Amino acid sequence: MSVLNPLKPSERMKIPRQESIEQSANDRSRNFLEVSFGLNEERARVEATRCLECKNPICTEGCPVEIDIRSFIQAILQKDYLGAVKKIREANSLPAICGRVCPQEEQCEAVCTLGKKNPAVAIGKLERFVADYEMENNLFSVPEISIRREGKVAIVGSGPSGLTCAAELAKLGYKVTIFEALHAVGGVLRYGIPEFRLPRKILDLETERIKALGVEIITNFVVGRTATIDEFFGEWGFSAVFLGTGAGSPHFMGIPGESASGVYSANEFLTRVNLMKAYQFPDYDTPIRAGKRVAVIGGGNTAMDAVRTAKRLGAEKAHLVYRRSKKEMPARVEEVHHAEQEGIEFLLMTNPVRILTDGQNWVVGMECQRMELGEPDDSGRRKPVPIPGSNFVIDIDTVIEAVGQAPNPIIQATTPGLKIGKKGVVVTDESQRTSRDGIFAGGDLSRGGATVILAMRDGKLAAAAIHEYLSRKQTNHEDDSPLYTNSYCQYIS
Amino acid sequence: MFPILGKEQLSPTITKFVVHAPYIARKRQAGNFVIVRVIETGERIPLTIAEGDSDEGSITLIVQAVGKTTKLLCSKEIGDQLVDVVGPLGNPTEIAKDSVVACIGGGVGTAELYPITKALHEHNNKIYTIIGARNKDLIILESEMAECSDHLFVTTDDGSYKRKGLVTHQLKDLLDAQVEIDAVYAIGPLPMMKAVSQLTEHYGIKTYVSLNAVMVDGTGMCGGCRVSVDGQMKFACVDGPEFDGHEVDFDELMKRNRTYVDFEQEADRTYCEAHKSRVVA
Ligand SMILES: Cc1cc2nc3c(=O)[nH]c(=O)nc-3n(C[C@H](O)[C@H](O)[C@H](O)COP(=O)(O)OP(=O)(O)OC[C@H]3O[C@@H](n4cnc5c(N)ncnc54)[C@H](O)[C@@H]3O)c2cc1C
Ligand code: SF4
Ligand code: FES
Repeated sequence: MSVLNPLKPSERMKIPRQESIEQSANDRSRNFLEVSFGLNEERARVEATRCLECKNPICTEGCPVEIDIRSFIQAILQKDYLGAVKKIREANSLPAICGRVCPQEEQCEAVCTLGKKNPAVAIGKLERFVADYEMENNLFSVPEISIRREGKVAIVGSGPSGLTCAAELAKLGYKVTIFEALHAVGGVLRYGIPEFRLPRKILDLETERIKALGVEIITNFVVGRTATIDEFFGEWGFSAVFLGTGAGSPHFMGIPGESASGVYSANEFLTRVNLMKAYQFPDYDTPIRAGKRVAVIGGGNTAMDAVRTAKRLGAEKAHLVYRRSKKEMPARVEEVHHAEQEGIEFLLMTNPVRILTDGQNWVVGMECQRMELGEPDDSGRRKPVPIPGSNFVIDIDTVIEAVGQAPNPIIQATTPGLKIGKKGVVVTDESQRTSRDGIFAGGDLSRGGATVILAMRDGKLAAAAIHEYLSRKQTNHEDDSPLYTNSYCQYIS
Repeated sequence: MFPILGKEQLSPTITKFVVHAPYIARKRQAGNFVIVRVIETGERIPLTIAEGDSDEGSITLIVQAVGKTTKLLCSKEIGDQLVDVVGPLGNPTEIAKDSVVACIGGGVGTAELYPITKALHEHNNKIYTIIGARNKDLIILESEMAECSDHLFVTTDDGSYKRKGLVTHQLKDLLDAQVEIDAVYAIGPLPMMKAVSQLTEHYGIKTYVSLNAVMVDGTGMCGGCRVSVDGQMKFACVDGPEFDGHEVDFDELMKRNRTYVDFEQEADRTYCEAHKSRVVA
């Protein structure tokens, strides 16, 4: 036991897990401000004392980027919050974001020793606390880059995988340029995850920090259309490319009525609200038909975000329709819990079969059927099967489908020789190398829909692999040629 | 930022802009479009690339002022900047070679048809062009179209210029006069493209139409632009914008395109009230 925490393990176990301070469900379901204010200093310190400071801190193994969790918690015990966040930053460059959106209950907190008999240490909340401390007190310092290396790297996509890969390579001394199709940086963090879970000022700040490392960011540039990967290697003079274009192409269920007005993909609904600020119409020009009685289909984070957004836009009834039970929902537990508090109505073991429309093609209802768990399928999970004769209609005016998404095919279609796997993902080896020399990939593009932290992990691994690749390679390109000419400075955001 | 290099009024409500966008200028092909956001608080709208000049690094956009965003855009002057222009998006048009084609443009759709007609002309096709509009003021690019067509016909709904009637009347006359046409390229308002497609289906002529669905990103990410083609869901921005006119469910798309009319009217009204003195009716 450490001198910092005199409590015996049995005493630590008795301390209740500390809860975040939150806006009341009633208030927050009517605004877009952040739901949770996190732990205050007092609670964070109490929470830190719960940690058993295990000799073999298994929590680190549960973390996809292997943060030294025990050490950062010990720094909190010493009131060295900056030291704590620095410890995290050794492994994770976006702690304020991960502390908010990671599914800790499936990662570090799932394996935490304390968690075997008691609630696990609130590792994510502690991460957020120290990251916010650093942010609020303006304590972040841009790392010195002592060395300049030869080789220019193009990063395609500015989601968490691309941002991480760019930052790691810039720190190694490479010249890095990010190309982003949209007009704003961040990928799903910008257009998907709502403001009430991830305030945009955090994302803006992280973007500034990445620019401060010397990374150039070019928005409004659709790789594959505005220029191809082969042109990057040719006239643009890049020696390696990382693809982090995500899985942004939405699936639809394929049921009748999906072309009706009032049916959205979650991507469209969330993009209108988050990226285009449709909730501020007419101050912002993008409209959204938010609906008074909304049904969101799906059980993941995307579904949860869409249904809670619909509620905030004024829906009187906001349903979540999911064909399995709550236990199987892939969403973070905290989001499910928050959604329930906010009055979202869960229609579980329920599957939509048809969207009903009026003569003008507006949504007027949705026919659903009840499901029950049938025989186990190949994966051993019991498959939901429809109960005959259980059909019923819900009275709604808006449907939002959050039933999965696939990689956008533009890059794959314009880059010959790139091996594509099941469901359109780009195939990589364990170092994130693709089938083509000099091209690396990661995040949702190679996983087909995963998490922020796994995307970051891939970005980090790819940066290491690119470093190795460029170190080995004798580059033929003149590195002192200017990467930018005045004619396309306009793209640099 | 994308500065405006040139501006020309083609009709009281239709404006031609030349915009600095060197990468798009180099890559664009007939049939491509860009997504434009005029100001920081603006919406993203698709506009067809009418022409590109890779030496000057510019593209030409032709815009009809119909709602808030297009009115705002048309109020911009040389030297002003557009905040975002991204592209070239969509699949380029399949350009026939050494055949006989009809190019049919309705209203501002003629601006979208122009680069295609030019490309068809360069590929040694014999071209019958028909352009039509509600009235004389809305007929654009007549001399440009004449230059790249073998025959040019003009119709106006109200008869204020050239033949009174619809483009389909002219097309039907040609077909009934036994003019052998291998393919039709039709771009204009949805009811016009629907009417052309119905007519050519009857005559068994392959017909390409370009669908102006409501778009957000223009890169296949939102699905807002989905259309039904041969009973299948397609995204107009990445699978199109051109489709076989005989397979498109026009009625469905017309209804979908009305999803935001009331919002559009409200935005337009607020804009016009705030800019009374500057806006052309
Ligand atoms: C609504 C929603 C909520 C989520 N909530 C959570 C959560 O709480 N926790 C969690 O861990 N995960 C969550 N996820 C999943 C997580 O966001 C993703 O796994 C992660 O963002 C993937 O990162 P990425 O870098 O691979 O790609 P993305 O974040 O998808 O970024 C890809 C970027 O590439 C750009 N791009 C695409 N094509 C091109 C091109 N041709 N040229 C240039 N740029 C291009 C895109 O515009 C985009 O900006 C959520 C996802 C969604 C949709
Ligand atoms: S496993 Fe849990 S108790 Fe052990 S060091 Fe990690 S956080 Fe602390
Ligand atoms: S405009 Fe979003 S998918 Fe086509």
